[in-house]
Amino acid sequence: MDYHSPASFAEASALAANATGITRFLAGGTDVLVQLRSELVKPDTLIDIKKINGVHDITRNADGSWTLGVATTGAEMSEHPELGQDWPGVVEAMDLIGSTQVQGRATLTGNLCNGSPAADSVPAMVAAGVTVTVTGPDGTREVAVEDIPTGPGKTSLTKGEVVSAVNIPARGENAGDAYLRFIPRTEMDIAVVGVGVDLRLDGDTIIEARVSLGAVAPTVLLVEDCAKAILGSTLDDATLDALAAAASAACNPIDDKRGTIAFRTEVVGVLAKRAAKIAYARAKGENA
Amino acid sequence: MSKLHVSTTVNGDAVEYLCDPRETLLDCLRDKLNLTGAKEGCGTGDCGACSVTVDGRLVCSCLMLGVEAEGKQIETVEGIADGDVLHPLQQKMIEYAALQCGICTPGILVAAKSLLEKNPNPTEEETRYWLAGNLCRCTGYDKIIRAVMDTAAELREAS
Ligand SMILES: Cc1cc2nc3c(=O)[nH]c(=O)nc-3n(C[C@H](O)[C@H](O)[C@H](O)COP(=O)(O)OP(=O)(O)OC[C@H]3O[C@@H](n4cnc5c(N)ncnc54)[C@H](O)[C@@H]3O)c2cc1C
Ligand code: FES
Ligand code: FES
Repeated sequence: MDYHSPASFAEASALAANATGITRFLAGGTDVLVQLRSELVKPDTLIDIKKINGVHDITRNADGSWTLGVATTGAEMSEHPELGQDWPGVVEAMDLIGSTQVQGRATLTGNLCNGSPAADSVPAMVAAGVTVTVTGPDGTREVAVEDIPTGPGKTSLTKGEVVSAVNIPARGENAGDAYLRFIPRTEMDIAVVGVGVDLRLDGDTIIEARVSLGAVAPTVLLVEDCAKAILGSTLDDATLDALAAAASAACNPIDDKRGTIAFRTEVVGVLAKRAAKIAYARAKGENA
Repeated sequence: MSKLHVSTTVNGDAVEYLCDPRETLLDCLRDKLNLTGAKEGCGTGDCGACSVTVDGRLVCSCLMLGVEAEGKQIETVEGIADGDVLHPLQQKMIEYAALQCGICTPGILVAAKSLLEKNPNPTEEETRYWLAGNLCRCTGYDKIIRAVMDTAAELREAS
């Protein structure tokens, strides 16, 4: 295995473009090293992106949007005084990943590019409308988070492409987000179901909504029908039931030891309701 | 395969080693620097027995490559006592009999020390969450938690 620590994304991209065999980027390494050790993935080329300038920076831009460096850890996100005020759902979703030790290393980008359908931060990012900047041999492009995963362990990134920034939109007024997951334990487990909700209000009425489901299909889903179910409503009980039904209908889960198809299909509805209520309360400026 | 040369600082001492890029920081600490305090319980980030701090941040040394230590400040359990004088956390762990086989203990000490540096007055819940990545198969955790809480109280009084 060759180890490289390039000083720029252009260099990282060129290294990946010219590499043969299996290539992995190394952010926090909390997936890469586990796969290396279990001999699941034995990279020929490992490209450490942590020596590139600015990869740990969390920046609020003039328009209120946020740019996060691709090596920013979960711990750095949780410790930031303002990021979690704007985007509590995204920060809490990231914070659910692993232990204190894992939080010291794990990144949003690694969670996304590892391609797990159960990745906790991904539904939260999809709901929030997060995009990533991708640097490749032909320059850079901006890609919506929901367009990155294409199946378990697979992404739409092509040879030589590396994620070079995470872009979170401006929060704006009267809006809130939330992420909830179900796991069989209280800590250190993989999501059986995850739900991210982001919404904006005009008075009491929902005027914008994005709902994303994790661990219930081969990729994280952005579910239009869930958004439609709550748009124009004040999140009354009938609306919540319609949201739950739309979430259950969108599921295409697997049966495994951690949750049956029937269980996942039921629980996704329950979590969608709860996450929507939290996002709604946050949009109203309540502490939730 | 060519080995890579790494210069880093461990417990305040400048050290160097040659490693294969596949070797973890845990392998390097144990096999090249003879610092066998950090233990390999699982090798996959689940147990915390390999806990160290890197530039002040608590991490699993089994989830980091030896080459990634270049230019970093690493602290291991070997740096916790001051010569023969035990750190209050170590003292309390003994007082409370918060260990049996001892495999988890170095990781618990490093993790608990890092908690108290960040938060000198943690609640029991905060302490339990902070240490959730440090598994112990012997003690049932209660004595560990009490030892950490009591150390925190003692250090607060002392300061
Ligand atoms: C004990 C433990 C508990 C865990 N618990 C959870 C959990 O509860 N929920 C959860 O979702 N995950 C969990 N994980 C998995 C893992 O921690 C997360 O997926 C984490 O976010 C991965 O981030 P990383 O920076 O460590 O990624 P890395 O391991 O560095 O990389 C992961 C993948 O992303 C690719 N990649 C990294 N950076 C880039 C880039 N800039 N451009 C393109 N590709 C890139 C790599 O090539 C690799 O394929 C856990 C892991 C451990 C060890
Ligand atoms: S050996 Fe590193 S976490 Fe178990
Ligand atoms: S004392 Fe044996 S594992 Fe903790």
